[in-house]
Amino acid sequence: MQVHLDAEKCQGHNRCYALAPELFDVDDYGQAMLIIDGDVPTDLHDKARLAASNCPEYAITITEKG
Amino acid sequence: MTDTANYSARIDETTGNKIISIERSGEILDFIIGSSPDGTDLWQRVPYDADDYGPVSDPRTDFDHADPAYNPDAPKVWKELREGGCPVAHSDRYGGMWVPITDDTVTEVAYDTENFTSRAVVVGVGRPGDRALPAPIGGAPPITSDPPFHNMARRLLLPAFAPKVIEPWEPEIRRLCQKLLDEMGEITPGETVVDAAIQYAQNIPVNVIGRMLGFPEEDEELFRTFVHDVLERINEEPGTREGGDDLGVYIQQQIDDHRANPREDLTSYLMNVELDGNKLEDEVVGGMVVLLLVAGIDTTWSAIGSSLWHLAQHPEDHQRLLDDPEVMTFALEEFLRAYAPVTMARLVAKDNDFHGCPMKKDDWVLLPFPAANRDPKKFEDPDSFIVDREQNRHAAFGLGIHRCLGSNLARLELKVAIEEFIKRFPRFELAGDTRWSVGQIRGPRELPVRILEVAN
Repeated sequence: MQVHLDAEKCQGHNRCYALAPELFDVDDYGQAMLIIDGDVPTDLHDKARLAASNCPEYAITITEKG
Repeated sequence: MTDTANYSARIDETTGNKIISIERSGEILDFIIGSSPDGTDLWQRVPYDADDYGPVSDPRTDFDHADPAYNPDAPKVWKELREGGCPVAHSDRYGGMWVPITDDTVTEVAYDTENFTSRAVVVGVGRPGDRALPAPIGGAPPITSDPPFHNMARRLLLPAFAPKVIEPWEPEIRRLCQKLLDEMGEITPGETVVDAAIQYAQNIPVNVIGRMLGFPEEDEELFRTFVHDVLERINEEPGTREGGDDLGVYIQQQIDDHRANPREDLTSYLMNVELDGNKLEDEVVGGMVVLLLVAGIDTTWSAIGSSLWHLAQHPEDHQRLLDDPEVMTFALEEFLRAYAPVTMARLVAKDNDFHGCPMKKDDWVLLPFPAANRDPKKFEDPDSFIVDREQNRHAAFGLGIHRCLGSNLARLELKVAIEEFIKRFPRFELAGDTRWSVGQIRGPRELPVRILEVAN
Protein backbone atom coordinates (compact mmCIF):
# COMPACT_ATOMS: atom_id res chain seq x y z
CA MET A 1 0.00 0.00 0.00
CA GLN A 2 1.10 3.54 -0.76
CA VAL A 3 -0.33 6.75 0.62
CA HIS A 4 -0.30 10.09 -1.23
CA LEU A 5 -0.84 13.59 0.06
CA ASP A 6 -1.86 16.43 -2.25
CA ALA A 7 -0.29 19.45 -0.58
CA GLU A 8 -2.32 21.81 -2.80
CA LYS A 9 -5.58 20.41 -1.46
CA CYS A 10 -4.52 20.28 2.20
CA GLN A 11 -6.02 23.14 4.22
CA GLY A 12 -4.59 22.11 7.58
CA HIS A 13 -7.64 20.45 9.13
CA ASN A 14 -5.17 18.29 11.07
CA ARG A 15 -7.31 15.17 10.94
CA CYS A 16 -4.56 12.94 9.50
CA TYR A 17 -1.99 13.99 12.09
CA ALA A 18 -4.51 13.30 14.86
CA LEU A 19 -5.51 9.88 13.49
CA ALA A 20 -2.20 8.62 12.10
CA PRO A 21 0.79 10.47 13.59
CA GLU A 22 3.00 7.55 12.47
CA LEU A 23 2.32 8.57 8.87
CA PHE A 24 1.70 12.33 9.00
CA ASP A 25 3.27 15.32 10.69
CA VAL A 26 2.35 19.02 10.50
CA ASP A 27 4.57 22.01 9.74
CA ASP A 28 4.69 25.39 11.49
CA TYR A 29 1.63 26.52 9.53
CA GLY A 30 -0.36 23.42 10.43
CA GLN A 31 -0.07 21.95 6.92
CA ALA A 32 0.21 18.17 6.69
CA MET A 33 3.43 16.41 5.68
CA LEU A 34 3.86 12.76 4.82
CA ILE A 35 6.64 11.26 6.92
CA ILE A 36 7.00 7.85 5.31
CA ASP A 37 8.58 7.09 2.02
CA GLY A 38 7.33 4.25 -0.13
CA ASP A 39 5.22 1.37 1.18
CA VAL A 40 3.05 1.77 4.26
CA PRO A 41 3.98 -0.90 6.85
CA THR A 42 1.23 -3.51 7.11
CA ASP A 43 0.39 -2.66 10.71
CA LEU A 44 -0.39 0.92 9.64
CA HIS A 45 -2.72 0.09 6.75
CA ASP A 46 -5.85 0.72 8.82
CA LYS A 47 -4.53 4.05 10.04
CA ALA A 48 -3.70 5.13 6.50
CA ARG A 49 -7.23 4.26 5.37
CA LEU A 50 -8.66 6.09 8.37
CA ALA A 51 -6.68 9.25 7.56
CA ALA A 52 -7.73 9.12 3.91
CA SER A 53 -11.40 8.61 4.68
CA ASN A 54 -11.55 11.48 7.16
CA CYS A 55 -9.78 14.22 5.22
CA PRO A 56 -12.42 16.90 4.58
CA GLU A 57 -10.56 18.14 1.49
CA TYR A 58 -9.98 14.68 -0.08
CA ALA A 59 -6.24 15.46 -0.06
CA ILE A 60 -5.15 11.92 0.89
CA THR A 61 -5.39 8.98 -1.47
CA ILE A 62 -4.31 5.39 -1.16
CA THR A 63 -2.99 2.99 -3.76
CA GLU A 64 -3.36 -0.67 -2.85
CA LYS A 65 -1.09 -3.09 -4.65
CA GLY A 66 -2.64 -6.24 -6.05
CA MET B 1 11.67 50.49 2.88
CA THR B 2 9.58 53.24 4.37
CA ASP B 3 5.98 53.10 3.47
CA THR B 4 4.62 56.41 2.25
CA ALA B 5 0.99 57.15 1.76
CA ASN B 6 -0.68 60.23 0.32
CA TYR B 7 -4.28 60.97 1.09
CA SER B 8 -6.45 63.33 -0.93
CA ALA B 9 -10.17 63.94 -1.16
CA ARG B 10 -12.42 65.22 -3.93
CA ILE B 11 -16.09 65.34 -4.89
CA ASP B 12 -17.13 63.30 -7.93
CA GLU B 13 -19.06 65.78 -10.09
CA THR B 14 -21.31 63.21 -11.69
CA THR B 15 -22.45 61.37 -8.56
CA GLY B 16 -21.78 63.98 -5.87
CA ASN B 17 -19.98 61.30 -3.85
CA LYS B 18 -16.94 62.19 -1.79
CA ILE B 19 -13.89 60.22 -2.91
CA ILE B 20 -10.79 59.68 -0.82
CA SER B 21 -7.69 58.64 -2.74
CA ILE B 22 -4.86 56.84 -1.08
CA GLU B 23 -1.61 56.58 -2.96
CA ARG B 24 0.77 54.05 -1.57
CA SER B 25 3.94 52.73 -3.17
CA GLY B 26 2.81 54.07 -6.52
CA GLU B 27 -0.63 52.46 -6.40
CA ILE B 28 -3.72 54.65 -6.15
CA LEU B 29 -6.83 53.36 -4.41
CA ASP B 30 -10.08 55.35 -4.62
CA PHE B 31 -12.61 54.94 -1.85
CA ILE B 32 -16.10 56.29 -2.47
CA ILE B 33 -17.45 57.49 0.84
CA GLY B 34 -21.10 56.71 1.10
CA SER B 35 -23.80 54.11 1.22
CA SER B 36 -24.00 52.66 -2.24
CA PRO B 37 -23.06 49.36 -3.89
CA ASP B 38 -19.73 50.82 -4.98
CA GLY B 39 -19.16 52.85 -1.81
CA THR B 40 -17.37 52.18 1.43
CA ASP B 41 -20.24 51.99 3.89
CA LEU B 42 -23.10 49.63 4.56
CA TRP B 43 -25.94 50.09 2.11
CA GLN B 44 -29.43 48.67 1.88
CA ARG B 45 -31.12 47.27 -1.19
CA VAL B 46 -34.59 47.80 0.19
CA PRO B 47 -35.74 50.23 2.89
CA TYR B 48 -35.67 48.63 6.32
CA ASP B 49 -38.98 47.43 7.71
CA ALA B 50 -39.01 45.44 10.95
CA ASP B 51 -42.22 43.73 9.78
CA ASP B 52 -40.21 41.95 7.08
CA TYR B 53 -38.53 39.87 9.79
CA GLY B 54 -41.47 38.08 11.37
CA PRO B 55 -41.95 34.30 11.74
CA VAL B 56 -40.95 32.27 8.67
CA SER B 57 -43.89 30.99 6.62
CA ASP B 58 -42.05 28.59 4.29
CA PRO B 59 -38.29 27.96 4.57
CA ARG B 60 -38.07 27.18 0.84
CA THR B 61 -38.98 30.73 -0.18
CA ASP B 62 -38.79 32.69 3.07
CA PHE B 63 -35.74 31.22 4.83
CA ASP B 64 -34.50 33.10 7.90
CA HIS B 65 -31.87 31.70 10.24
CA ALA B 66 -32.56 34.55 12.67
CA ASP B 67 -36.13 33.43 13.26
CA PRO B 68 -35.92 32.26 16.89
CA ALA B 69 -37.74 29.08 15.83
CA TYR B 70 -34.93 28.10 13.43
CA ASN B 71 -31.95 27.08 15.55
CA PRO B 72 -33.81 24.78 17.96
CA ASP B 73 -35.14 22.76 15.01
CA ALA B 74 -32.57 23.41 12.27
CA PRO B 75 -31.83 19.72 11.48
CA LYS B 76 -35.54 19.21 10.83
CA VAL B 77 -35.65 22.22 8.49
CA TRP B 78 -32.64 20.93 6.51
CA LYS B 79 -34.15 17.46 6.22
CA GLU B 80 -37.47 18.83 4.97
CA LEU B 81 -35.75 21.03 2.41
CA ARG B 82 -33.58 18.15 1.15
CA GLU B 83 -36.39 15.65 1.04
CA GLY B 84 -38.71 18.24 -0.51
CA GLY B 85 -36.32 18.57 -3.46
CA CYS B 86 -35.05 22.02 -2.49
CA PRO B 87 -31.23 21.93 -2.49
CA VAL B 88 -31.05 25.73 -2.48
CA ALA B 89 -33.60 27.79 -0.54
CA HIS B 90 -34.24 31.49 -1.02
CA SER B 91 -35.45 34.47 0.95
CA ASP B 92 -36.31 38.06 0.15
CA ARG B 93 -35.17 39.00 3.63
CA TYR B 94 -31.89 40.92 4.07
CA GLY B 95 -32.33 42.28 0.55
CA GLY B 96 -32.10 38.78 -0.98
CA MET B 97 -30.45 35.60 0.29
CA TRP B 98 -29.78 32.10 -1.08
CA VAL B 99 -29.29 29.07 1.14
CA PRO B 100 -27.63 25.94 -0.27
CA ILE B 101 -28.49 22.99 1.98
CA THR B 102 -26.86 19.91 0.47
CA ASP B 103 -23.24 18.83 0.80
CA ASP B 104 -22.69 19.31 -2.96
CA THR B 105 -24.02 22.86 -3.12
CA VAL B 106 -22.39 24.04 0.13
CA THR B 107 -19.05 22.60 -1.01
CA GLU B 108 -19.32 24.24 -4.42
CA VAL B 109 -19.87 27.71 -2.95
CA ALA B 110 -17.09 27.25 -0.38
CA TYR B 111 -14.54 26.44 -3.11
CA ASP B 112 -15.64 29.14 -5.56
CA THR B 113 -13.90 32.36 -4.53
CA GLU B 114 -14.48 33.92 -7.95
CA ASN B 115 -18.25 34.06 -7.88
CA PHE B 116 -18.60 34.40 -4.11
CA THR B 117 -16.72 36.99 -2.06
CA SER B 118 -15.96 36.74 1.65
CA ARG B 119 -16.02 40.53 2.04
CA ALA B 120 -18.94 40.02 4.40
CA VAL B 121 -19.48 36.76 6.25
CA VAL B 122 -22.31 37.62 8.61
CA VAL B 123 -25.65 38.17 6.90
CA GLY B 124 -27.29 41.44 7.88
CA VAL B 125 -29.79 43.98 6.63
CA GLY B 126 -26.99 46.21 5.30
CA ARG B 127 -24.19 44.91 3.10
CA PRO B 128 -20.76 46.51 2.69
CA GLY B 129 -20.05 48.26 -0.61
CA ASP B 130 -17.39 47.09 -3.04
CA ARG B 131 -14.88 49.60 -1.71
CA ALA B 132 -15.57 48.96 1.97
CA LEU B 133 -12.46 49.97 3.88
CA PRO B 134 -9.92 48.59 4.12
CA ALA B 135 -10.50 46.91 0.75
CA PRO B 136 -9.49 44.37 -0.39
CA ILE B 137 -8.72 43.14 3.08
CA GLY B 138 -12.15 43.39 4.64
CA GLY B 139 -13.01 44.31 8.19
CA ALA B 140 -11.69 41.17 9.87
CA PRO B 141 -8.87 39.58 7.85
CA PRO B 142 -8.37 36.92 6.70
CA ILE B 143 -11.95 35.65 7.14
CA THR B 144 -13.22 38.69 5.20
CA SER B 145 -10.44 38.60 2.62
CA ASP B 146 -10.40 37.13 -0.85
CA PRO B 147 -7.37 35.93 -2.79
CA PRO B 148 -4.67 37.09 -3.14
CA PHE B 149 -4.56 39.12 0.11
CA HIS B 150 -6.25 36.28 1.99
CA ASN B 151 -3.23 34.02 1.90
CA MET B 152 -0.84 36.76 3.06
CA ALA B 153 -3.00 37.58 6.06
CA ARG B 154 -3.68 33.95 6.86
CA ARG B 155 -0.02 33.00 6.88
CA LEU B 156 0.60 35.61 9.54
CA LEU B 157 -1.90 33.98 11.86
CA LEU B 158 -1.50 30.27 11.06
CA PRO B 159 1.70 29.73 13.11
CA ALA B 160 -0.05 31.06 16.23
CA PHE B 161 -2.75 28.38 15.91
CA ALA B 162 -0.74 25.44 14.60
CA PRO B 163 -1.31 22.11 16.43
CA LYS B 164 2.03 22.08 18.23
CA VAL B 165 1.58 25.65 19.49
CA ILE B 166 -1.93 24.95 20.74
CA GLU B 167 -1.24 21.57 22.45
CA PRO B 168 0.65 23.14 25.41
CA TRP B 169 -2.52 25.05 26.39
CA GLU B 170 -4.19 21.80 27.50
CA PRO B 171 -3.24 21.90 31.22
CA GLU B 172 -4.41 25.51 31.53
CA ILE B 173 -7.73 24.78 29.82
CA ARG B 174 -8.19 21.79 32.13
CA ARG B 175 -7.53 23.94 35.20
CA LEU B 176 -10.00 26.55 33.94
CA CYS B 177 -12.72 23.91 33.47
CA GLN B 178 -12.08 22.48 36.93
CA LYS B 179 -12.24 25.95 38.45
CA LEU B 180 -15.61 26.60 36.78
CA LEU B 181 -16.91 23.26 38.10
CA ASP B 182 -15.62 24.09 41.61
CA GLU B 183 -17.40 27.45 41.47
CA MET B 184 -20.74 25.69 41.02
CA GLY B 185 -20.56 25.14 44.79
CA GLU B 186 -22.17 22.40 46.84
CA ILE B 187 -24.04 19.92 44.62
CA THR B 188 -26.81 17.69 45.95
CA PRO B 189 -27.22 14.81 43.47
CA GLY B 190 -30.77 14.53 42.16
CA GLU B 191 -31.59 18.07 43.23
CA THR B 192 -29.04 20.66 42.20
CA VAL B 193 -29.62 22.27 38.83
CA VAL B 194 -26.74 24.10 37.15
CA ASP B 195 -26.70 25.97 33.85
CA ALA B 196 -24.13 24.20 31.71
CA ALA B 197 -24.12 27.06 29.18
CA ILE B 198 -24.00 30.05 31.53
CA GLN B 199 -21.93 28.61 34.36
CA TYR B 200 -19.63 26.53 32.18
CA ALA B 201 -19.51 26.54 28.35
CA GLN B 202 -19.71 30.30 27.76
CA ASN B 203 -16.75 31.02 30.06
CA ILE B 204 -14.18 28.70 28.52
CA PRO B 205 -13.28 30.05 25.04
CA VAL B 206 -13.60 33.70 26.05
CA ASN B 207 -11.08 33.21 28.82
CA VAL B 208 -8.58 31.42 26.60
CA ILE B 209 -8.72 33.84 23.64
CA GLY B 210 -8.67 36.85 26.01
CA ARG B 211 -5.50 35.50 27.58
CA MET B 212 -3.90 34.75 24.22
CA LEU B 213 -4.60 38.33 23.12
CA GLY B 214 -3.44 39.79 26.44
CA PHE B 215 -6.74 41.53 27.22
CA PRO B 216 -7.97 42.16 30.80
CA GLU B 217 -9.79 39.16 32.24
CA GLU B 218 -12.48 41.37 33.77
CA ASP B 219 -13.60 42.35 30.25
CA GLU B 220 -14.97 38.88 29.44
CA GLU B 221 -18.60 39.97 29.84
CA LEU B 222 -17.90 42.88 27.50
CA PHE B 223 -16.57 40.50 24.82
CA ARG B 224 -19.71 38.40 25.06
CA THR B 225 -21.85 41.52 24.60
CA PHE B 226 -19.84 42.49 21.50
CA VAL B 227 -20.25 39.04 20.05
CA HIS B 228 -23.96 39.04 20.77
CA ASP B 229 -24.36 42.41 19.01
CA VAL B 230 -22.35 41.36 15.99
CA LEU B 231 -23.77 37.87 15.50
CA GLU B 232 -27.27 37.76 16.95
CA ARG B 233 -28.83 41.18 16.35
CA ILE B 234 -28.62 40.80 12.60
CA ASN B 235 -32.14 41.72 11.57
CA GLU B 236 -32.16 45.08 13.30
CA GLU B 237 -31.92 48.35 11.41
CA PRO B 238 -28.36 49.19 10.31
CA GLY B 239 -26.87 51.90 12.48
CA THR B 240 -28.82 50.83 15.55
CA ARG B 241 -26.33 48.14 16.53
CA GLU B 242 -23.76 50.01 18.56
CA GLY B 243 -21.76 46.85 19.26
CA GLY B 244 -19.57 47.00 16.15
CA ASP B 245 -18.41 50.58 16.78
CA ASP B 246 -17.86 49.96 20.50
CA LEU B 247 -15.80 46.91 19.65
CA GLY B 248 -13.60 48.96 17.31
CA VAL B 249 -13.03 51.59 20.00
CA TYR B 250 -12.27 48.95 22.64
CA ILE B 251 -9.75 47.15 20.44
CA GLN B 252 -7.99 50.39 19.51
CA GLN B 253 -7.64 51.07 23.27
CA GLN B 254 -6.09 47.64 23.72
CA ILE B 255 -3.69 48.25 20.83
CA ASP B 256 -2.71 51.61 22.35
CA ASP B 257 -2.20 49.93 25.71
CA HIS B 258 0.03 47.29 24.12
CA ARG B 259 2.02 50.05 22.43
CA ALA B 260 2.52 51.79 25.78
CA ASN B 261 3.15 48.56 27.72
CA PRO B 262 4.71 46.01 25.36
CA ARG B 263 4.21 42.38 26.36
CA GLU B 264 4.43 38.88 24.89
CA ASP B 265 1.06 37.96 23.45
CA LEU B 266 -0.81 37.61 20.19
CA THR B 267 -1.76 41.30 19.98
CA SER B 268 1.90 42.34 20.29
CA TYR B 269 2.86 39.72 17.73
CA LEU B 270 0.37 41.16 15.23
CA MET B 271 1.53 44.72 15.94
CA ASN B 272 5.15 43.80 15.26
CA VAL B 273 4.90 41.28 12.46
CA GLU B 274 5.93 42.52 9.02
CA LEU B 275 4.20 42.06 5.71
CA ASP B 276 6.42 42.90 2.74
CA GLY B 277 8.73 44.79 5.08
CA ASN B 278 5.97 46.93 6.60
CA LYS B 279 4.27 46.64 9.94
CA LEU B 280 0.51 46.25 9.75
CA GLU B 281 -1.75 49.29 10.05
CA ASP B 282 -3.68 49.45 13.32
CA GLU B 283 -6.88 48.91 11.30
CA VAL B 284 -5.56 45.58 10.02
CA VAL B 285 -4.33 44.47 13.44
CA GLY B 286 -7.69 45.55 14.88
CA GLY B 287 -9.55 43.63 12.18
CA MET B 288 -7.64 40.45 12.95
CA VAL B 289 -8.34 40.90 16.65
CA VAL B 290 -12.05 41.35 15.86
CA LEU B 291 -11.92 38.08 13.98
CA LEU B 292 -10.20 36.20 16.80
CA LEU B 293 -12.56 37.58 19.41
CA VAL B 294 -15.79 37.14 17.47
CA ALA B 295 -14.92 33.81 15.87
CA GLY B 296 -13.18 32.39 18.90
CA ILE B 297 -15.87 32.89 21.50
CA ASP B 298 -19.40 31.76 20.88
CA THR B 299 -18.50 29.18 18.26
CA THR B 300 -16.67 26.88 20.67
CA TRP B 301 -19.00 27.83 23.51
CA SER B 302 -21.86 26.63 21.28
CA ALA B 303 -20.11 23.36 20.45
CA ILE B 304 -19.44 22.64 24.14
CA GLY B 305 -23.05 23.47 25.04
CA SER B 306 -24.56 21.34 22.25
CA SER B 307 -22.34 18.40 23.20
CA LEU B 308 -23.43 18.57 26.84
CA TRP B 309 -27.06 18.99 25.69
CA HIS B 310 -26.64 15.74 23.75
CA LEU B 311 -24.99 13.87 26.64
CA ALA B 312 -27.72 15.00 29.06
CA GLN B 313 -30.19 13.08 26.88
CA HIS B 314 -27.98 10.15 25.92
CA PRO B 315 -26.58 8.46 29.04
CA GLU B 316 -25.42 5.53 26.87
CA ASP B 317 -22.98 7.80 25.00
CA HIS B 318 -21.96 9.40 28.26
CA GLN B 319 -21.25 5.98 29.80
CA ARG B 320 -19.28 4.86 26.75
CA LEU B 321 -17.01 7.90 27.06
CA LEU B 322 -16.44 7.12 30.75
CA ASP B 323 -15.79 3.40 30.16
CA ASP B 324 -13.67 3.84 27.06
CA PRO B 325 -11.93 7.26 27.04
CA GLU B 326 -10.14 6.32 23.80
CA VAL B 327 -13.43 6.62 21.95
CA MET B 328 -13.13 10.41 22.40
CA THR B 329 -11.01 10.53 19.21
CA PHE B 330 -14.13 9.64 17.22
CA ALA B 331 -16.75 11.11 19.56
CA LEU B 332 -15.14 14.55 19.32
CA GLU B 333 -15.54 14.57 15.54
CA GLU B 334 -19.09 13.26 15.83
CA PHE B 335 -20.02 16.10 18.20
CA LEU B 336 -18.51 18.47 15.65
CA ARG B 337 -20.36 16.86 12.75
CA ALA B 338 -23.79 16.52 14.33
CA TYR B 339 -23.69 19.81 16.24
CA ALA B 340 -21.45 21.96 14.03
CA PRO B 341 -22.07 25.45 15.37
CA VAL B 342 -20.96 27.61 12.45
CA THR B 343 -22.84 28.69 9.35
CA MET B 344 -20.79 31.07 7.21
CA ALA B 345 -21.93 33.51 4.53
CA ARG B 346 -20.74 35.05 1.29
CA LEU B 347 -21.86 37.82 -1.04
CA VAL B 348 -22.39 37.00 -4.71
CA ALA B 349 -19.43 38.68 -6.49
CA LYS B 350 -20.91 38.54 -9.98
CA ASP B 351 -24.17 37.44 -11.53
CA ASN B 352 -24.19 33.68 -12.03
CA ASP B 353 -26.54 30.79 -12.57
CA PHE B 354 -26.17 28.38 -9.68
CA HIS B 355 -27.98 25.10 -10.41
CA GLY B 356 -30.82 27.07 -11.97
CA CYS B 357 -30.83 29.79 -9.31
CA PRO B 358 -30.35 33.25 -10.87
CA MET B 359 -27.87 34.70 -8.40
CA LYS B 360 -27.30 38.45 -8.68
CA LYS B 361 -24.27 40.44 -7.54
CA ASP B 362 -24.63 41.41 -3.86
CA ASP B 363 -27.18 38.69 -3.04
CA TRP B 364 -26.30 37.00 0.24
CA VAL B 365 -25.42 33.31 0.23
CA LEU B 366 -25.63 31.48 3.53
CA LEU B 367 -23.19 28.57 3.91
CA PRO B 368 -24.68 26.12 6.39
CA PHE B 369 -21.85 23.64 6.94
CA PRO B 370 -23.98 22.07 9.72
CA ALA B 371 -26.62 21.18 7.07
CA ALA B 372 -23.97 19.67 4.78
CA ASN B 373 -22.87 17.56 7.74
CA ARG B 374 -26.27 15.88 7.79
CA ASP B 375 -26.54 15.09 4.11
CA PRO B 376 -27.35 11.37 3.64
CA LYS B 377 -25.41 11.39 0.36
CA LYS B 378 -22.26 11.88 2.39
CA PHE B 379 -23.02 10.33 5.79
CA GLU B 380 -24.72 7.10 6.62
CA ASP B 381 -27.66 7.65 8.99
CA PRO B 382 -26.76 11.35 9.30
CA ASP B 383 -29.37 12.30 11.89
CA SER B 384 -28.12 9.66 14.34
CA PHE B 385 -25.27 10.49 16.69
CA ILE B 386 -22.87 7.54 16.47
CA VAL B 387 -20.31 7.96 19.23
CA ASP B 388 -17.64 5.87 17.49
CA ARG B 389 -18.34 6.89 13.88
CA GLU B 390 -15.05 6.17 12.11
CA GLN B 391 -15.74 7.57 8.63
CA ASN B 392 -16.38 11.23 9.34
CA ARG B 393 -15.32 13.65 6.64
CA HIS B 394 -17.33 16.47 8.21
CA ALA B 395 -17.08 20.16 7.32
CA ALA B 396 -17.63 21.68 10.77
CA PHE B 397 -14.59 23.92 10.26
CA GLY B 398 -15.50 24.81 6.71
CA LEU B 399 -13.88 23.75 3.46
CA GLY B 400 -11.26 25.31 1.21
CA ILE B 401 -9.06 28.33 1.87
CA HIS B 402 -11.12 29.65 4.79
CA ARG B 403 -10.82 26.52 6.94
CA CYS B 404 -11.33 27.72 10.52
CA LEU B 405 -8.02 29.14 11.64
CA GLY B 406 -8.72 28.26 15.26
CA SER B 407 -9.84 24.69 14.67
CA ASN B 408 -6.99 23.16 16.68
CA LEU B 409 -7.79 25.37 19.66
CA ALA B 410 -11.53 24.77 19.30
CA ARG B 411 -11.01 20.98 19.26
CA LEU B 412 -8.81 21.10 22.32
CA GLU B 413 -11.26 23.27 24.26
CA LEU B 414 -14.21 21.08 23.27
CA LYS B 415 -12.43 17.85 24.21
CA VAL B 416 -11.18 19.08 27.58
CA ALA B 417 -14.49 20.77 28.45
CA ILE B 418 -16.46 17.56 27.80
CA GLU B 419 -13.94 15.33 29.58
CA GLU B 420 -13.85 17.46 32.70
CA PHE B 421 -17.64 17.90 32.88
CA ILE B 422 -18.46 14.20 32.54
CA LYS B 423 -15.67 13.19 34.89
CA ARG B 424 -17.03 15.49 37.61
CA PHE B 425 -20.69 14.69 36.88
CA PRO B 426 -20.95 11.04 35.73
CA ARG B 427 -24.73 11.45 35.34
CA PHE B 428 -26.86 14.50 34.54
CA GLU B 429 -30.12 15.20 32.72
CA LEU B 430 -31.96 18.14 31.18
CA ALA B 431 -33.85 20.17 33.77
CA GLY B 432 -36.11 22.58 31.94
CA ASP B 433 -36.05 24.53 28.72
CA THR B 434 -32.89 24.94 26.69
CA ARG B 435 -32.67 28.37 25.08
CA TRP B 436 -30.87 28.35 21.71
CA SER B 437 -28.90 31.14 20.09
CA VAL B 438 -30.25 33.16 17.18
CA GLY B 439 -28.44 33.48 13.85
CA GLN B 440 -25.45 31.90 12.18
CA ILE B 441 -23.89 30.39 15.29
CA ARG B 442 -26.02 27.56 16.68
CA GLY B 443 -25.81 26.42 20.26
CA PRO B 444 -27.53 26.57 23.68
CA ARG B 445 -27.44 29.92 25.46
CA GLU B 446 -29.26 28.56 28.53
CA LEU B 447 -28.88 24.88 29.38
CA PRO B 448 -30.25 23.91 32.79
CA VAL B 449 -29.17 20.38 33.78
CA ARG B 450 -29.87 18.43 36.95
CA ILE B 451 -26.81 16.75 38.40
CA LEU B 452 -27.60 13.12 39.28
CA GLU B 453 -24.18 12.01 40.44
CA VAL B 454 -20.99 13.72 41.57
CA ALA B 455 -17.61 12.00 41.34
CA ASN B 456 -15.81 11.53 44.63
